[in-house]
Parts: sequence; C-alpha cells; structure tokens
Amino acid sequence: MSISRRNFLSWMGAGGACALSATRSGASPVQEFPGYAESYAVLHDSTKCIGCRSCEQACNQVNALPKPEKPFDDLSVLAEKRRTSAGAYTVVNRFFDASGQTVRYVKTQCNHCLEPACVSACFVKALQKDPSGAVRYDASLCVGCRYCMIACPFEIPAYEYDEPLTPRVMKCTLCRPRIIEGKLPGCVQGCPTRALSFGKRQELIAKARQRIWEHPDHYQDHIYGEQEMGGTNWLYLSAVPFSRIGMREDLGTTSAPELTSGALAAVPMVAGLWPVLLAGLYAISRRKDALARSEQKNAVAETVNRAQEETEAKLAALREKMTREKEAAISYEVKKALDEAAKQAEAGEEAEPDGSGTKSSKEDT
Amino acid sequence: MQTMFHTLHAFMLHTKSITYLLVGGLLIGFLLFWFFLTGRDDEDPQA
Amino acid sequence: MAGGHFSRGTFQWRPFHVIVGLIFLAGLIVTVLRFTGGLGTVTNLDDNNPWGLWIGFDLLCGVALAAGGYVTSAACYIFGLKRYHTAVRPAILTAFLGYALVVLALHYDVGRFWRLPYPIFVSQGTTSVLFEVGLCVFLYLTVLFLEFSPAALEWLGWKKVRALVVKLTLVLTIFGVILSTLHQSSLGALYLIAPSKLHPLWYSGYLPVYFFVSSIFAGMSMVIFESSLSHRFLHRKMDERHIRESHDVAFGFGKAASFLMISYLGIKLVGLAMDNTWQYLASSWGGWFLLELIGFVALPAFLFAVAVRDRNLKLLRFSAVLSVLGLILNRFNISLIAFNWHLPAAERYFPSWMEIVLSIFIVTLGVAAYRFACIRMPILYDHPDYS
Ligand code: SF4
Ligand code: SF4
Ligand code: SF4
Repeated sequence: MSISRRNFLSWMGAGGACALSATRSGASPVQEFPGYAESYAVLHDSTKCIGCRSCEQACNQVNALPKPEKPFDDLSVLAEKRRTSAGAYTVVNRFFDASGQTVRYVKTQCNHCLEPACVSACFVKALQKDPSGAVRYDASLCVGCRYCMIACPFEIPAYEYDEPLTPRVMKCTLCRPRIIEGKLPGCVQGCPTRALSFGKRQELIAKARQRIWEHPDHYQDHIYGEQEMGGTNWLYLSAVPFSRIGMREDLGTTSAPELTSGALAAVPMVAGLWPVLLAGLYAISRRKDALARSEQKNAVAETVNRAQEETEAKLAALREKMTREKEAAISYEVKKALDEAAKQAEAGEEAEPDGSGTKSSKEDT
Repeated sequence: MQTMFHTLHAFMLHTKSITYLLVGGLLIGFLLFWFFLTGRDDEDPQA
Repeated sequence: MAGGHFSRGTFQWRPFHVIVGLIFLAGLIVTVLRFTGGLGTVTNLDDNNPWGLWIGFDLLCGVALAAGGYVTSAACYIFGLKRYHTAVRPAILTAFLGYALVVLALHYDVGRFWRLPYPIFVSQGTTSVLFEVGLCVFLYLTVLFLEFSPAALEWLGWKKVRALVVKLTLVLTIFGVILSTLHQSSLGALYLIAPSKLHPLWYSGYLPVYFFVSSIFAGMSMVIFESSLSHRFLHRKMDERHIRESHDVAFGFGKAASFLMISYLGIKLVGLAMDNTWQYLASSWGGWFLLELIGFVALPAFLFAVAVRDRNLKLLRFSAVLSVLGLILNRFNISLIAFNWHLPAAERYFPSWMEIVLSIFIVTLGVAAYRFACIRMPILYDHPDYS
C-alpha cells in the first residue's frame, strides 16, 4: 500500500489541471495536528479478557439498547464471529490459536479514531470528534446516506435498517455523557478482570508500553491503535499477532482525511482553471468561424470584383471599338466629302456650260 | 487566523469551507470579468 | 403534429404500455414497502454492505451514462462542432432525466429523504467527498433544467422566456462542464477513503480521473445507443436534418470514444504500475479485472475504430452497447463486486429482487419520460418557429 497512490499530485497531474496546486495545502499543511492532548481512552488488554460478555451487558444497560435474543450469560453466541450492530455497540469474539488449544477473546466497538474516517466522510457534520476523545453522532442532522459506514476501516457503524423513516447510525459513544460526569464507561465498569482500563490516552500508551516492557514474552511488541489509521482512542494489547484475533494489520497509518485531501484539493483548481480553458477553446472556435466567414466573404467579394472588372473591361473595349469605328466612319465621310468637293470643283470648272452639276448630284444620291 | 486546530479534520473543515465560498465567488467574478474583457468585441474595430 | 400521431401511437404501442404498466405497479409496491417497512424489508443491505444496487447502479451508472449531456453540448457550443447541434437536445434531455431520476432514487436509498438538502443548506460537511458530489449534482441538475427548458418553452410557446434562456447557452455549457468534471470524478473519489475495502486492482489514487474519463466515452456511447433507439422507435418524430446529421454525429463520437478508451486503457495500466499491483493480475480477481479492461474497453475501442473506418453503422451501435455495458461493469466492480472483497462469501451482498425491480422501475420511468418529451417537444426536430 504505497503512499504514492494516494498522493494528490499524481492524480492532479493526470487530471491535467496543472502542477500549480502542488502546494502543501493539498494534504497536510506544515502544521502538525497534536490531537486533543487531554482526551480519554480505553486500553483493552486482550490477554486478560475471559469472554464473559459482562461488558456487552453493561453497554446494553447504560445505553438502553433493546434486549438481545439470547441473554448475556449465554456464551454460545461466541461460536460465530459477530460484528457491532444497531442493537449492540460492542461485541466480544472468540479466536483459537493455530493449535486449536488456546482461546483468545477480544472486544470490538468504535475505536474513536483520532482522525476518524466516519467524521471525514459525513457530509452534514453529524459525526464529530469531541475534545473528550469521543466521536459523537447527532441524529438530528443525519441524512442516512451511510457513507460513514463505507468509510470506517474498522467496520463499526451500524444502521437501523428496519426504521422506515427515521433510521439512525448506531455506534459506541465512549459513554461520553458518563465520562463527563466523572463516571467510567459502562463496559469498563462492568469488566470483572480489568481487561479494560480507562484514562488519558497518553497515560494509557505509557501504561501499555510498560506492560510490554515488563512482560516481553507475554505481549506482542505492538500497541494496536497507537498509529493505525492515524491512531485511535481505543488501544489494544495482544499475546498473538493482531490479525489472529480478527484485527486488520494492513490498514496503514495514513489517516482518512489524508486519503481524500488530494481529490478535494483538486476541486478548486478545476473550478478555477476550467472556465479559462473552456472560454479559450470557445474563443478559438469562434475566431476560426469568424475567419472562415470573412475568408468566404473575401472570396465572394473577389469574384464579384473580378466579374465587375471583366465587364468593365469588355465595356471599355466595346466603347473603344465603337469610337474607333465612329472615328473611322467620320474620317471616311470627311474624306469622302473632301473628295467630293474636290471633284465637284474640278467638274464645275470643266462642265459648267453643259450642266455637270446635275450629273454630280445624281452620283451623290 | 489564530484558531487552534487540534485535528487535521478540523483544519480541513475550516479551510475547505472557506475554499468553497471562495470558489463560488471566483466563478461569479470570472463571469463578470469575461463580460468586461469581451464587452467591446462586437464593435467593429475598422468602423 | 403531435395530436394526430398520438391516437395511432397508442394503438401501435400497446405492448409497450402493458409492460410499462406492470413495471410501474411493481415499482409502486416496492415504494410502499420501502416507506413503511424500511430498507431492511426491501433490500439485502446490511451493516457491512451499506451501499447496494441503488448506489452502484442508479447513482454511479446513472450519472456516468448521463454524461452525454455535457459532452455533446461542449462539443457543439464550446468546440464549435456545428454538426453536433442536432444531437444536443436529445443528449441534454437524457442527462436531465438521468439526473432527476438519480435524485429520485436517492430518496429511496437515504434514511431521511427530506434532509437531502441538509448538506447544502443546513450543515456543510465540506471535508466529505460526498458533499462535493451533492453540491455539484444539485447545481448541475439546475443547469440541466435550464439547458433543457428551451425545448419545453417552445412547446409551450413562451417565446420571451425562451429567448432569455437561449442567451445563457454558453455560460450554462461552461458551467455544466465544470460541474460535470467535478462530480463525475468525485464519484470515484468517494472510494479513496476506503483503501482497506476495495480490491487493490481497482483502488487507485487515480480513481477520480478514471471515473471522469470513463464518463466521457460512456456518455458518447450512450448518445450513439440512444440515437439508434430513436431511429427505431421515434423515427416519425425526427426531421430530415436530424436524420441526416445523426449518422455523422454517431461516427464522430465513435471515433472520439475509441481514442479516449485507448487512452483510458493506458492510464489504467499506469495505475497498476504506480501501485505495483501487477502481481494481483495472476489471481482470479486479476482475470476479472482483465475481462473488464479487455472485453469491455479494449474490444469496443477496437470495434469502434473498425466501424468508423468502414462506416459500418451496425457495428458502431454494437460497440456503443458494449462500451455502455463496460461502464456498468466497472461501476459494479468498484461499488459492489470488488468492494468488500476481503469479506467471506456469506457476508457479501447480492441485490434482492425488490432492489432490482426498483432500479428497473426508475429506468422505465426515464424511458417513458423521454418518449413523452420526444413526442411532444421539439427534441428530434427543429421547431419551425425558431429554426
Ligand atoms: S472506528 Fe469507525 S466509527 Fe469509530 S471513530 Fe473510527 S471511523 Fe468512526
Ligand atoms: S449516515 Fe448520517 S452520520 Fe453517516 S455519513 Fe451519512 S449523514 Fe453522516
Ligand atoms: S467484560 Fe471484560 S473480560 Fe468480560 S468480555 Fe468484556 S472485556 Fe472481556
């Protein structure tokens, strides 16, 4: 699970928007976010858990959840792996070692992540991380889209599928109302073996580390929840690798907001640059149209011009020809007239006595 | 802006909310500017 | 024009009406059950599988297949490809109906449908990708409504309002493209938050890009597919210009889609390389992944190319159907099949018959509304008063 594939740059680049947005503002900024230092947490030492289901019962009572089908002292339900549901905020599961001999139990509930995926995913802020450490749910805002359920890597939130109009998302509240009053969460109070300890997260991490330090053979050298998905307010210790007690070890340490920050950071870049790009394309296509149109106009105009010129030229030629013909005719007439006159003058001289004037006038007609 | 952000989520909620408003404003601004920019395009430069 | 055809149409379409009637009845029954008994009564959803067919098909496929609207209007009004003009209205109509039905389907799927406006108007969870999707779908539905309205206004004869809306065409188109880019990609980004649940072959930081690019060629294929349906069933409503130009449009989109699909194939491979997930190709999931890519992307891309080269309309339409199916397969893989792949078979989701019935009901509603509009409004022909 490489970081690179969640990298915002990578998809921005491919998105073709531009590399300008490759600033820190995309994912995590320069600041580190310390989380709520004083937040409460619970440490679940699964090596101490005996699978008695007292925590389930206590949870059921303090949250006034519906009575389950089988009573809490019926341990036959452990035969099947269960998950949290609308009626049970917490469940205990049983696992066997590879040998099939040793039994392990582990309790599951909302881990109250430091950077919760469900909170990041909720589009109406119905889920909120509280300074107490609890991830709170506000049913008066919830739309019931169930994206929080898609997002939660621990598969915790459940939904009231049988409510036709007012279904709620159901999950552990860390007993926030109780811890504000200074009481312990229901399950912690109900646990007979001190498999659950309540306290400040920092202190519990120290405590868990100390246990590992003191009993290195007894514990895995790993506090589950210290880093998983950015860290959680529920912490776990185990004698066997966590994957053997049904907990995913492949979640990585990247928190949920970091996973989506890249895509979210691309949004304003698209909105900021697309208009310019599109308007530019539009302008280009329009300009091309305009060019094509004016070219066409020019072409037409040219043809018209040429035609006009041609006609004019023809006309001019015609006119010239006509003038030339006229001139020719005139000069011919003039010449003829002159000749005539000359002849007449000659004839007049010769035949004046015998009336040659009639002769000449006869010729004329 | 001296708000203290304890979580990345709180930070993102703050910054993204402002960004969304900003982008909305920008889009309207772009539109107006485009009209300003092209306002005289239809006047014939040769005329 | 419409009146004269209608009585004859009723007779001609009797089987259509019977089937539609039956589907509507079944849809009504499921509706009543959903709003009296809750999602639990009608769906196979559970706490591990909170999103089923109504999200995987109605939302994801619905939105992607309605992408023809922005693709066509962008081609015509922004890129200035005039020959796509006759394809704009049918595509916008499909998109508008598509989105309207997506929103309708969401009313069934979410818990409290009357709170659907909450993310925009009451409490803005801006860190959520779903917020982005919601905002864009809301805005885009408005844009589509405006883009579509000239046809309805011509039908109603409201010339002044129409003239006003038509002036907005370019702004609406650009806005539509921005919004589509954002929410088409964000639908993919929805799954970025769950790397532990989606199979590594499908999970990628590029998911938003994949969704966006595939929506473009799916939208084009859908336009081709629809125009072939219109030719078949609504031919009498098409004027000469539409009939003449629709083949050009089909081949143009076929060509564009083909090239885009090849590029999509390329960036899908880049995704594998970036995350170094090649080794999964050898598993059965890999086989399924390759089937999606080769059978439903590479093959239609190639067939599109052949169809365009030979100007083979039949093959073109076949490729369009194949590519639409490919998109549906891809969205199903991401939302249903490769999602929760780590769970044991018994905990996997398969839709109930009532979920399927409702999805069919929604699609039928869309087809009926499309037909209603095409018969009455100037969609497939130019209104004589405005051309
Ligand atoms: S475990 Fe799941 S439900 Fe609980 S805070 Fe974390 S993401 Fe949210
Ligand atoms: S189901 Fe409710 S709490 Fe969960 S993401 Fe949707 S609106 Fe938020
Ligand atoms: S009450 Fe304590 S010991 Fe009993 S199941 Fe719960 S965590 Fe384990």
